[in-house]
Parts: sequence; C-alpha cells; structure tokens
Amino acid sequence: MSIIEDKKSLSNVKVVTANEAVALAVKCAKVDVGGAYPISPQTSIMEYLTKYIETENIPMEIVRVESEHSAMAVAMGAAAVGARAFTATASQGLLYMAEMVYWVGSSRLPVVMAITSRAMGAPWILGNEHTDVLLPREWGWMVLFPEDNQEVFDTIIQAYKLADTTLVPVVVGLDGFILSHTTMPISIPDQSIIDNFIPKNTPKPYALNTEDPFTHGNAVHSNLYLEFRHNIFKTIEDSEDLVDEIDKEWSKLTGRSYGGVIEEFLLDDAEVAVLVMGASSGDAKEAAKKVREKYGIKAGVIRLRSIRPFPVKRLSKIAQKVKAIGVFDRNMSPGLGGMIATEVKFALYDLKNRPIVQSYIGGLGGKDVKIADFENILVELKEMVDGKREVEKVKWVGLDLAAIEKFLEEV
Amino acid sequence: MTSIKQLPYEEYFLAGNGSCPGCGLTIGLRNVLKALGKNVYMVVPASCSSVVQSPFPNSSATVPLLNTPFAASAAAASGMVRALKIMGKDAVVMVWAGDGGTFDIGLATVSGAAERNEDLLYICYDNEAYMNTGGHRSSATPLGTFTGTTPTGKRENKKNVPLIMAAHGIPYVATASIAFVTDLYDKIMKAKDMKGFRYIQIYSPCTPGWLLPTEKSVESAKLAVQTGIYPLFEIEGGIFKISAPSKAYLKKEKRKPLHDYFKIQGRFKHLKEEHIKLIEQWIDQMNEEYAALDGKKIF
Repeated sequence: MSIIEDKKSLSNVKVVTANEAVALAVKCAKVDVGGAYPISPQTSIMEYLTKYIETENIPMEIVRVESEHSAMAVAMGAAAVGARAFTATASQGLLYMAEMVYWVGSSRLPVVMAITSRAMGAPWILGNEHTDVLLPREWGWMVLFPEDNQEVFDTIIQAYKLADTTLVPVVVGLDGFILSHTTMPISIPDQSIIDNFIPKNTPKPYALNTEDPFTHGNAVHSNLYLEFRHNIFKTIEDSEDLVDEIDKEWSKLTGRSYGGVIEEFLLDDAEVAVLVMGASSGDAKEAAKKVREKYGIKAGVIRLRSIRPFPVKRLSKIAQKVKAIGVFDRNMSPGLGGMIATEVKFALYDLKNRPIVQSYIGGLGGKDVKIADFENILVELKEMVDGKREVEKVKWVGLDLAAIEKFLEEV
Repeated sequence: MTSIKQLPYEEYFLAGNGSCPGCGLTIGLRNVLKALGKNVYMVVPASCSSVVQSPFPNSSATVPLLNTPFAASAAAASGMVRALKIMGKDAVVMVWAGDGGTFDIGLATVSGAAERNEDLLYICYDNEAYMNTGGHRSSATPLGTFTGTTPTGKRENKKNVPLIMAAHGIPYVATASIAFVTDLYDKIMKAKDMKGFRYIQIYSPCTPGWLLPTEKSVESAKLAVQTGIYPLFEIEGGIFKISAPSKAYLKKEKRKPLHDYFKIQGRFKHLKEEHIKLIEQWIDQMNEEYAALDGKKIF
C-alpha cells in the first residue's frame, strides 16, 4: 500500500531525509539511551534526536561522548542494565568503534545501530560504499539493509524486534547521502502499534541488577569459548525465518511488506537476476524492466535485505529458478571479489544445479552507477547463460584505468 | 574519622579470588566495597581486576559487575548511569580501573565523562605500570622505575592525573592508599553521597610487578606516604587539602629517607645515588607545591 492510498495515516505523513526517519524511528521505539558522536553522513541523526529530546520533552538520555568507541560503550552500559539503546556511525567512525562493536555482539546485548554507509580512507572520501555496513556481519551482529526512507523507518523498528527476540544486536545500514540526505515522504504508524510490536517490559534475564548480582563478560576458559561462539553462530543462522516473520507481522499492522530477508522483483519467470542492496535496487529494478522490454530478456532483481542472517534458504530457492545471478557489490574484498558475491557462492555451492554467479564490483567511494550499468549486467548474464560470454572471477563496473591520468592532465 | 574497629564486617569482594598474595588492588577493593555496600554497579576495564574477579562461572564480586574493553569503562559507566536514571533506579555506578586504563588508553574517555560531569564514582587503583600485561611502563610509572619496557629505568615523571581531573572542575578528586584504610574508607564514604563525577586514585602495590616481597606490600604503601613520594590529598569543590596521613610529610625534615622505600622494591634496585637525588628533587618540588596549595581553591 502506498502512503497516498493509506488515507488513515495521512496525518502521520512526514517528508524527511532517511536520517530523520532513523531519528523518528528511534523516538517511536522509545529508546532509553543513545551515544552521540558526529561523522558524516550520520551526524544529523543525533541532531534530530537531541532536538526531539530538548524541544518535545522526550524521555531519552543522549550521551554526547568524545569518540565512537565511547558511543558504543554508552549503548553497551545502558543495554547491560536492561535499557533500550541506540547509536549511529559510519566509515572511520565504525572502524574506531570496532572493538566495542565486537564486544557488544559477543555480549548478546540487544543494541541497534544505524550505519549511513560511506567509503573509508585513505584518501579522505565521503562518497557512498557498503564496505562499512558489511563489517559487523563478522562481529556477531545482524545486518539489515533497507532501500528507501520509509523502509529505513520500518527497519529500525523491526531491528528492535529482532534484537530483543534473539539477543543479537542489529545494524541497520542505509546508503550515505543517497538516502541519508534525500527527502521522501514516510508514513508513521500510530504509537500504540509500535508499542505493542516492540514492548519494553519484556523479561530481561541478562540485565545486571543489585537484587540478584552477577557478572558480565568475565574471563572464560578456552574450552568453553568455542561453544559461546557456536551459540552466536546458530542464533544468527536460525534467524532467517524470524526476519521474514517480523516483516510479515509488520505488514499486517502497517500494510507495508518488504519480502523479509529478500525482496524478490520479477523473479517468478526470471532467467537472469542481479543481486543488489539498498538504494541502487531502484535502478536495478528499472534495468530489469527495460531489458525485458528492449531485448525480451527475462530479468529480475534479488534485493538482499538481510545480510546477517544470510538468507541461504531463500537464496537457494531462487537459485533453483534462475540460471545466472550477477552480484553487484558496492564493496570489495581486496584481491578476491565482492564480499556478498563471495558469500552467495558459499551459500549456493552445494546445490546440484547451481546457477552462474558473477561478481560485479562498482560504485566504490560514491562513483556513479547508472540504470544502464545494471542493464549491461543483465545482458551480460544472459550472454553467459547462452554460452556467448565467459564468466570471470570479478567484473568491475565503471572502471576506467586511465581516469586518474586523464584527470591529472585536465588539471 | 572512622576508626579501623568501625569498618563494617560485611565482605563484598570475596576471599578465594585470583589475586596474588599481598595484592594491593584487592585490599583496596575490599575496603572500597565495604564503604559502598550492596547498592553499587561495578564497571571494570581490562586490568588485573578482569582476572582476579575469577573466571566464568565464578565471581568474587557480590555486586553486579560489567567487564569492558580497555578504554571503554568511563563511557560504559556513563551509559549505565543514564539508563538507571531513566529507569528510576538509584544506585552508585563505580568504575574500578587500573592506571593503564586511566592514565593512558582510557584518558580521553575518563576526561569525556568528567567534562560531562557524569554521576559516577571513578576509582583508579594505581600500581604504576601495566601489571597485568608483562609489567610494561605506563604514564603512571614514576621516574627511574624499572619495568618491562624501561629496563634501565624510566626517563619520564609520573603523569599527575588527579590534577588533570581536578582541572575538569569536577566535585571531588582524592588520592588514597591501601596502607591508610580508614582515610580511604572515609574518602569513599564522602564521595558515595556526592553527585557528579568523582575521581579517587588509590596507591596499590603489586608484589610480583614491583619485585616486592609479599609481606612488604602494606609497608611499601606506608613508606610511599611517609617519604612524600605519594602524597594523599583531596580536591573538593576545587579546594586542595592535604589529607591527615600526609600532613606531617609535607615538611622535608619529617619525611623518611627515600632509600627506605626503594630498598624493599626490586623495581628500584638499579638506581644509583645520583638518580635518587634527582627523584628526591622532584619529590621536594612536588611537596613544596602541594604545601603552597593546601587550603586554597585551585580550580
């Protein structure tokens, strides 16, 4: 249901950037404590939140800390006593915060963090890239990646549901600048819907308290550490259905569904599909429609919404239908391939009739990726299916090896 | 002033923990918790305390305890104290950190929490080096000291963190010693009832790290005060006040010979007379400065 059709909630429609959508969702989630430290393109999330607190009397504590490391430490200290906690970062900030992100993941504290994706230096770079959002997938966090501002709002709410249910913290990634600084209308559900969806008064047996004192995180024998890690592994592995269920439950309440772990676009009869995350999905969808019209290629889009849990089950089902998947990674694992392509291959390798999986890397540091690029990917995939084109370990999108030389000549 | 007979019998940090015989930190923590009682949350960064509290599933702490990475404790405690506030729970949040976690890697975090005047009690047990990790020097290590990374003696002076903390304009700063338990107890009792960021630094000998015989732990702590190398003071509301145990030793003629302090600790064994003279000059200067500050509003 589009928000225009959703007449009942028209009064709750706001035209906001995705950063404001995050802040509104955090307010609606009745978060208790947040850690704030600035980094572009995340900065305005915390500015909105502090504004709500100071002008609307929202009962939330924002600790304006001196580093990202401390921002996550604040969230951890709050969550450890049973409070609902939030923080946000990007890029260098995430790297500086990394030690705490890992510690919170391993502590099983239900923190939610927004990461407005941004490439990392050196050299200094502000442009969008997904590498930062993907890093916490190795650090014991769930990682979700919405496509537009409405979904950003909804996914923050869903993230608290997921975190509270599994006791695994959740990253919500959103495309830096492309979403974070772009306004779109979003519909905000009644507060009672959110309160019932993510109740705060659930039992929290992990919460430190003075009545029944215990210790969090003290040293453990090497013979037990493996079992702790396995427990985190299993919890995340087993959460694929839960992400679907949470999305379904949300759709019953709001009329908005995103397909759970994967949004499937024109996949029913698709022969080739491009797998993509986040805001670029819109371009990929356009491209799929265009190559269908132009060339009659049965093309579709696999929009990966959940990176952890990695949707092995759903992807395997899709892989039974399509003959080739082009994984578009706005990130890279140096010398190997796209990070998601690597995982897709791992997930599908055991299938008897597995499709071609071609890794595409592009858009790093904010380099433009156009609808035509996705059209080209889909056409290439069709050629691979027809045996007219070789599959390569990695294909780069928009790579111009002479670009630096040319630029230097121009200046 | 509380007398030793008036200290509570209750124990909150239990015997059978993993500390070394003569360990200063456990003497300190035992008495700190006697003062704070049950209604306290502990936040502990990487340090000897991460180990001596005993491994999972045991814990020597009978109060809730959150272990954190090295630099994180003051920020984690900030998050905790804000959460307790918003949940309507009234309790003391205490950071119990070593000198490495306070003077070095955690200093920005401690400074941040102090600048925000977070309502927490930050205690640094100062054993003057990274005693849980091979005994490397820290910025709390005094001039001339042998450590794992200063094999011929440290070339720099100890960083004056209490004065750095006081410069934040926080309500309470104090130094204390495990050899003067009632002075320590009274300082904790005073800080317990205050609001805002309170910083207390406790001199805590490390027997293996200092190459100090087990039975000399408290003696060395006593001598640190009596030789004037570790003066005990309070800065309350910005007013500097020398504490009773150190009062007499502000005067050079009252101070015990530095040699008495150095001779029982292997970490000073390599020092030659000329080194000791240099250190003595530094102690003289520090005590003169403190005597001049006594009773004055300094921040």
